Parts: sequence; structure tokens; C-alpha cells
Amino acid sequence: MKQSVSETPDFRKTIPIDQVGVEERVAKFNTRSIKKESKLYALKLALSMVDLTTLEGADSPGRVRQLCYKAMHPHDRIEDIPKVAAVCVYPSFVRLAKETLKGSGVNVASVATAFPSGWATMKSKIEEVRYCVEEGADEIDMVISRGEFLKGNYGYIFDEVAAVKEACGDAHLKVILETGELQTLDNVRKASDIAMYAGADFIKTSTGKISPAATQPVTLVMLEAIRDFYYKTGTRIGMKPAGGIRDAKLALRYLVMVRETLGSEWLTPDMFRFGASSLANDLLMQIVKQQTGVYQSSDYFSKD
Amino acid sequence: MLKETDIQKKNRLDFSTGWSYDPAPESRDHITIKEQYGHFINGKFTKPIEGNYFPTISPSTEEEISQIAVGSAADVDAAVKSARKAYSKTWSKMSGRDRGRYLFRIARMIQERAREFAVIESMDGGKPIRESRDVDIPLAAAHFFYYAGWADKLEYAFPGRKPKPIGVAGQIIPWNFPLLMAAWKLAPALATGNTVVLKPAETTSLTCLKLAEIIQEADLPPGVVNFVTGAGDTGAAIVNHEDIDKIAFTGSTAVGKIIQKAIAGTGKKLTLELGGKAPNIIFEDAAVDQAVEGIINGIFFNQGHVCCAGSRLFVQESIADEVRDKLIDRIATLRVGDPLDKNTDVGAINSKEQLDTINRYLEIGLNEGADIFQSSCELPEKGYWCCPTLVANVSQSHRIVQEEVFGPVLTIQTFRTPEEVLEKANNTPYGLSGGVWTDKGSKIFNMTSGIKAGVLWANTFNKFDPTSPFGGYKESGLGREGGLHGLTPYLNI
Amino acid sequence: MSKRLDVKKTYKLYIGGAFPRSESGRYYSLTGKSGFTANICLASRKDFRNAVVAARKAQSGWAARSAYNRGQILYRIAEIMEGRRDQLIAELKLEGATDKQASKEVDAAIDRAVYFAGWSDKYQQVFGTVNPVASSHFNFSVPEPTGVVTILLPDSASLLGLLQFVLPAIVGGNTVVVLTAESRPLAPLTLGEILHSSDVPGGVINILSGYRSELISNFSTHMDVNAVMYGGNDEEAITLIQKNAAENVKHVVLRKDDDWFDEERNEHPYVIMELQEIKTTWHPVGI
Repeated sequence: MKQSVSETPDFRKTIPIDQVGVEERVAKFNTRSIKKESKLYALKLALSMVDLTTLEGADSPGRVRQLCYKAMHPHDRIEDIPKVAAVCVYPSFVRLAKETLKGSGVNVASVATAFPSGWATMKSKIEEVRYCVEEGADEIDMVISRGEFLKGNYGYIFDEVAAVKEACGDAHLKVILETGELQTLDNVRKASDIAMYAGADFIKTSTGKISPAATQPVTLVMLEAIRDFYYKTGTRIGMKPAGGIRDAKLALRYLVMVRETLGSEWLTPDMFRFGASSLANDLLMQIVKQQTGVYQSSDYFSKD
Repeated sequence: MLKETDIQKKNRLDFSTGWSYDPAPESRDHITIKEQYGHFINGKFTKPIEGNYFPTISPSTEEEISQIAVGSAADVDAAVKSARKAYSKTWSKMSGRDRGRYLFRIARMIQERAREFAVIESMDGGKPIRESRDVDIPLAAAHFFYYAGWADKLEYAFPGRKPKPIGVAGQIIPWNFPLLMAAWKLAPALATGNTVVLKPAETTSLTCLKLAEIIQEADLPPGVVNFVTGAGDTGAAIVNHEDIDKIAFTGSTAVGKIIQKAIAGTGKKLTLELGGKAPNIIFEDAAVDQAVEGIINGIFFNQGHVCCAGSRLFVQESIADEVRDKLIDRIATLRVGDPLDKNTDVGAINSKEQLDTINRYLEIGLNEGADIFQSSCELPEKGYWCCPTLVANVSQSHRIVQEEVFGPVLTIQTFRTPEEVLEKANNTPYGLSGGVWTDKGSKIFNMTSGIKAGVLWANTFNKFDPTSPFGGYKESGLGREGGLHGLTPYLNI
Repeated sequence: MSKRLDVKKTYKLYIGGAFPRSESGRYYSLTGKSGFTANICLASRKDFRNAVVAARKAQSGWAARSAYNRGQILYRIAEIMEGRRDQLIAELKLEGATDKQASKEVDAAIDRAVYFAGWSDKYQQVFGTVNPVASSHFNFSVPEPTGVVTILLPDSASLLGLLQFVLPAIVGGNTVVVLTAESRPLAPLTLGEILHSSDVPGGVINILSGYRSELISNFSTHMDVNAVMYGGNDEEAITLIQKNAAENVKHVVLRKDDDWFDEERNEHPYVIMELQEIKTTWHPVGI
């Protein structure tokens, strides 16, 4: 059960974040040395957490089908390779993706609410969400209205997340904060809190359309917000850094942060995702390297 | 003792199951340690005159690493003679520019051999390789680099004066940051034109002796730096040697007092960097998660073997439970064990003796009625270890709150008002360091100016830099090391 | 006309802004060239203890005053001394100085007060630093007073000598307990009255008269004293003080020199810095 609105905190007063302290902590995480079996385990885990994503104006049914196949068969030459967690597409491709992935256990996620800018009427956003759900989306990745947030209109953000959540029905809601536009870690923390209290199942860093996208400091602040929410409410919120995580080494660093901030219960695709496209192949290359001891070439891994 | 299961916390995090890290030991292949080391006197390794050696033990394996010479009064005398000769014949006559050149060389050569030094430091002293690699050795090189630049610019540091070196400095350093403390002592002394007889701590002589190799390779004139190894008697021989002009000591307050007494009336100059019992104060408006990291770093850095460790935590009552719960979860993620494992956060206690001291204090704490909580870390069979420890339900009158434990032991007290916490913070004979965590700027300055201590960390803790002076008020010492102010103790101004 | 019978002054201690006689009731007779001069309070250990309590109590408030204000108060000391110039000269003469020597010393003393008054808001700028640390932190070091300072004056010190010890201490925010030289207490004790009317808060400067041999131990052992200054060349006394100082790691400042007139040797800020701690503060720089 989520908190009742009466227990909703005053979002003008979320706890302060010290940027330098966060960066120091991240630097320490990054000194973790992940070797051997624990590395192989983590690489496979990371692969199972990938939301394979295509969000281009030039997307086509063919491209979406390819992506879905890749999601189900990341690298059939090797045994024991997990499927990715989900395929993330625009609303128009939800039905196609759903059909292609049928029975695979791979979820379909759709961006909605006037992705990526969020500039649309509340009404059209809700309609878009309903459409995605009707088309079969398991997960909805919404964007918050950064304009309203930066204006200090925190109540607006709370209400829009709550309304989208309601429109989601059984679909899981990921709330994209677009941290690159929020600028400060204090804002990241504040937006995280608003999203969680308003009903987010996941909080997500970025659309991938704005630079910087996911960064480690931003992700750490969000993980700590999730931790505080769990301490207070007992509810576990998921986390999805998206954009900019292109190689296995960096993905493992994110997993280290999750492991040491939230513990093992968050180290599952149900609670942690990577929003990425090229990451999957690098993870596969590293997995093969770990298993064969031979450094790999990208020519041997399908690019879909 | 309080066990993890005794803590009634609603929503716990699980750090003990699931994905874990495999051992990631740093390679020992590229280091060389001789079976036996003599002193380093007049530019050469020399056998101890009385011929005695003692073993240096790895505190993580209890294995002997090497044999170290016992310095007798005769050895010290030889070292002082060599230092005196080097002082009057070469070093005091050399241009500041050339002195600086030598120090720059040493700084560079430490950087070149940094990994080797880090491994040896961790083997010999028990500190995690992550710290020796990322903190101790780089900072040691940085200290030489910083003071190298001062050597030919001293007149700008002391307006209106013509500073002159003092002569021969006797320096005695502790076991918690062996190479770094050697650098803190040597670099300013040499930059200002003094020559040195230095004694490393008896449990951690190796990196100092490796530094002697660098000093040879850097062609430093013989006798400018001399190392005499040994324990307390060797130190006493340095302190009491008639031809030493200045003593610089880092170590316990008890020994510092003995030294101050011993040199009374001799005209020797003195700097002391002694113990501490630093307050680390967390206000309710602090960036709590970074504050928790600051608390952890403040007390568990280097197993708490840090004179400026934030060993007394003061938390504002309104967030006391929250901070305690976060600390309990956080120490569950601290990895205690093999210092050479790159993932180790807390290494070995430096010696059996020090472990006994820590355990004695925990015993005292228990008898005083404190609640003691330790992380449920698995400890290796051999070696000296102490799990990260929190001590709650204590007050100012508890000995574990008053006295320096010098281990991974944090006492936790709460407070309501700034005035109250300031009084408690200063209610100690020590005054080395302190920490304040609040998002309110004016409160930071109010607290940092109110705490009587030489180093104040606001919204951070345990930061060190060669440009930043370090040293204590009250019984925490006399004089400063580091920065421009660190030149003063080595000059007649 | 009969000659007016003058009013003799009773010289008292100056502790915590008050003028008590010694709690012990003891005294010693000061005799000059013309015989008996005055009865001088023989301060006891308890007087000393009371003076340290007063000095400790006054210290944080004195240090918290603005540097500008401390400078003005020191300057005020000079102003009041100027007004009491004749009295001070007369007292120095009673202690054995010639007319010329006495007026030279009083003038120098007034000038010394003006000199150190000027340092009150400047030594911090000369000796404070902003340190360019390698991490993302703003880091600065400032001098702060070490706390309570005890001063054992040498035999040569009267008014000027006393000020050369006291002014560098108090301009930097310390408070002091000073023991006058046995043979030269008159002008120093009168200085207490001058201080009293110069806006110097009670307890900042405490002046005791008495026997150094009686008080040297207490001056150097007291656990609530942060620094002890000694003027003179008695090696035995120096050794004793340095040994005692170790009990709580006091600073020991020795002045073997006793030419208080030499401006080059006395008028510089390094004498202030001997009684200062350096405090370094770190803070992250971020958003």
C-alpha cells in the first residue's frame, strides 16, 4: 500500500544533497574490482536488466521486430544467456512488439506523455497512456513536466504522476525525471521523492534525448531516495538509469552502487533496469570473453 | 554485546545474500623486500652496531616479512654525526633551488614506484590497498612536490624576515601512515635546509627503508636523510641526543608529554602532533546521506587508526534514529579482511598490542553500560581484526567517550541545541579536528569557529592536502604540518 | 603654611576587573633609593587560581570581539597612558629610574601600545591563507588565539617590558595573567587602573605582584592555561617551566632578550603569532 496523501511530505523541504560528497562516494564505488565468477554473474545479471530501446523518428516495424528478436535471443551461440527485461518503443509500435514478444517473458515498455519533452495537455497525455495500455504495454515510461518542476510547481508534478499512475491500471509506471534538465542533485532528489510519493513503480533518470543522460552521481542520489522511501514506507521502488551506459564496465559500476546502497533485493530485473541499446552487445562480448578467455570483436555480435 | 538481530528496525536492507565480489588481491609479484634491513646512515644501509634485529610482522597474516635493525644509542649517534656533517658541509650551503630539485626528484620517484610502495604499506601495516594506493602514497609524493617548490622561495613566506634553517632535526613517526608521515616530516625539513635523523615506527619500517632506496637513487647528498629503526628506546636516544636541534614527533599524547619533558631546558625546538577525540556533529538539516558517508569515512578510514578520526558522533535528536539505522546498514557493506584485496574497506589492526587496547576499551564500554553494536563481518583466522563498531547509550563521562581508542569504534551521542553540542565537543583535553554537517552556512561558521581544534571539516571529513596545515590545539599538539604554516617549525625566523 | 600631607597609594592586584588585596593578606615591602616605597601585595596560589578563572571566563568573549574593536581598545590604553604619563614616570622613578630613563620608557610604552593596536586587524591577513587543495574544496587557514596565557616577567621588565609581553598576547584575542617583577611592580600595578578605565574587559589582563619563586610552578602547571611566557635567562627556571608545561602540552614562549626599547627586535607580528593556533577549515564546492 502506498502512503495516503495526508502523509505526503512538503516537497519544498526535501533533504539537501551535497554534490561533492556524492561524487566522492561514486569514486569509491568505482574502485571496486569485480573479477572471475562474480563478474560473469554480474554481466548476465546486467543483461537481464536491459530495456532494449529504440526511440527514433525513423523507427520502422522491421526495426522493432529485429529488436524484439534480439531481446529474446541476445546471442544464441552461447548457452545460458538470459533474455533482456523489456523492449522499449514508441506507442505506435506497442502492439507489434507485444505480438512479436508473445510468450517470451520479455516485457513491452512504451514511452508516453508526449515523450520526450512532456509538452502536451494533461488530457492528451492520459489518452496516450490509456492507448499504450490498451495496445498491450506492460510498462509505461512517462516524462515529468520539467517546466512546471523548475517553476517550483511541485504539486503539478505530483498530480500528473498520480493521474498517469491511475491511467496505467496494471501496467508498471516508470517516471522519467530527465535529470539532465533538472541541473542540480537537490532537484533530482526532490523530483524522485515527488514521483515515488505520487505512485511511481520505478524512477528513471533520462529520456536519452538530452545530454547528460544517466550519470552515476544522479543515479546514486535516486537510489538513496528509494532507500529513504523504503525505510519510511516499506515499499520498494525500482530504478532505471537510461542513456549513456554503453559498456559493460560502466554497467557493473552501476550494479555495485545498487548492491551497496539498496542490497540484494534490488538486484533483479524487477527492481533495476538499464535503459540502453548498445550496452547489450558489450555485455555479451564481455560474457563471451569471461567464458573463453579471449577478447572479442563486435563483428561477431548481431547489431539490431 | 548487541547483535544485529537485537536492533528493532522495521525495514532492513539485505547486504549479506545475492551477488558478492570474488577476492581481488593486488599482485605482490613486482615488489622486492630484503630479508634483513640495516639502518640508513650517511647514504648507505649499515648494520646495527650492536647487531640486533627484530622481526616486522604482517598484521593480516602474522607472518614475518623481514628483519629490522634495532637502533642503539650508538647507531643514533652515528646518524646524528652524519646529519650534522651533511648539514654544515653541504645541505645548509646548498642553494634553495638545488634543494628543491632533489625533493622534486624524490616526489617523482615515489610516483614511479607508487604501486610497489602501496603493496608494501598494506602488507606491513595492515591498511587496505585501496587506501595505501589512493591516499597514502599519492599524498606522500604530493607532499614532496609541494615543499620542493618552497625551497627557493622561503623569503616570501615570512615577510620582513630572513628565515634560516635550524640544523639537525630528529623526527619520530607513527605506524598509522608510515610513508605519508615520513613525507610530512622530511619534505618541509629538507626544503628549509635542515638535515634529518628519522625513526619510523617499529611495526612499520619497511616503506621508510624503501624510501631510502629512492633517496640513494635520487643522489641526495649522504647524511642529509638518515633512518634509524627501532622502538621506544631508539626514539629516546634521538630525543635525548645532544647534537639534535629540533624534535618533531607524531604519536600518542602520552609519549608527546614525555618528549616535551625530556627536552625541557635543552633549547631543542619542538613540534608535536598528538592524539585526538574529534567530534563529528550532524544537524537535522544536513545532507544526511553524505553525512553518513562522512561518519563512516571519519571513523573507519584506516581502521580508525587516525589521530583526527571522527570518533565522537553527535547527532541532533530529531534524526538520531534515522542516522543510527543508516549507519547500521552502512557498516554491513564494509568489507573487512585481506588488506591486499582491492575491495577491502577495513584492513587489519596494526598490531596485537593495538588490538588488545581496542578490546580493552570495548570491555570498559560494556562495563560502563554502553550498547555496543558490531557489524557481523567474517574475519580471517589469522591476523588482528576488529569489526566496525558503534557504541551508543554513552555520555561525556564514559571513558570510551573521553579517551582515544585509535580503532574502528564510534561513540554515538545525541544533542538538541548548537550550544549544547559545542560544549560537549570542546569538553575534551584534545583539539585536533572536528566535523560539522549542516546545510546552513551561518551555522557552519558558528560551529567551526567555536570548536577548539586545528582542522575543521564542514560537510566533509578526513581530507588531507599538502597545502593545508594540520595540527592541534590543547593536548593535541604544538605547531602545524603542511602548507605555508608547516615551514615555520623548521626555521629560525 | 604647613606642607600638605600627601595621600599614599595602596597598590593592589588586578584580577577579573577588580582590585583585591591578596586573599592571603600577605605583602612585601618595596624599598627604593629613598628607603621604604610601598607595601606590595604578595599574591598567593589562590590569587593566581582566581586570576586564571577570570582570564578563562573572559577569553571567549574577548576573542569574539571584532578585530577592529580590539584595536580600538588597545589604542585607548595608549590614550589613557598618555593622560597618566606623569604618574607612570613618577612610579618608574620610585623603582629607581632616572627622570630621563623614566620618560623614555613611558613614551616607548605608549608607542608600543599604538603599534600593536594597529596589528589587531592585520596579522590575520598576513598569516591567514587560502590553501589551493587538489580536491573540490574551499580551504582556508586563520590564526586563532591559543587561549589563556601566563606571563612571568623578567627582572628588567616594568611598564614597557610588561607591555611587550602582554600586548601581542591580547591583540590576538588571548587573555593573560601576568606576574610583575619583584623590584618593579609599581607602574605595572598602576597600569591595571589604566586598563580598567580603557574599555579592556575585566579578566582580559590580570596583574599579580609577588614572588616568582613562589608562583613559577603554578604558572606553568595549571591545566587550564594554554601557554606560558617566561622572560629571563635562569636555565633552572626555564627547565622547570618546560617540564611543567608538558603536563597539558602548553606552549612555552621564552624571551631571553631584555632590550625592550629595540624596535626591530620587538615590533613585529611574529610575537603575536607565537600565541596563535592555526585553524584550517574545509568545505566542499559544489551545487
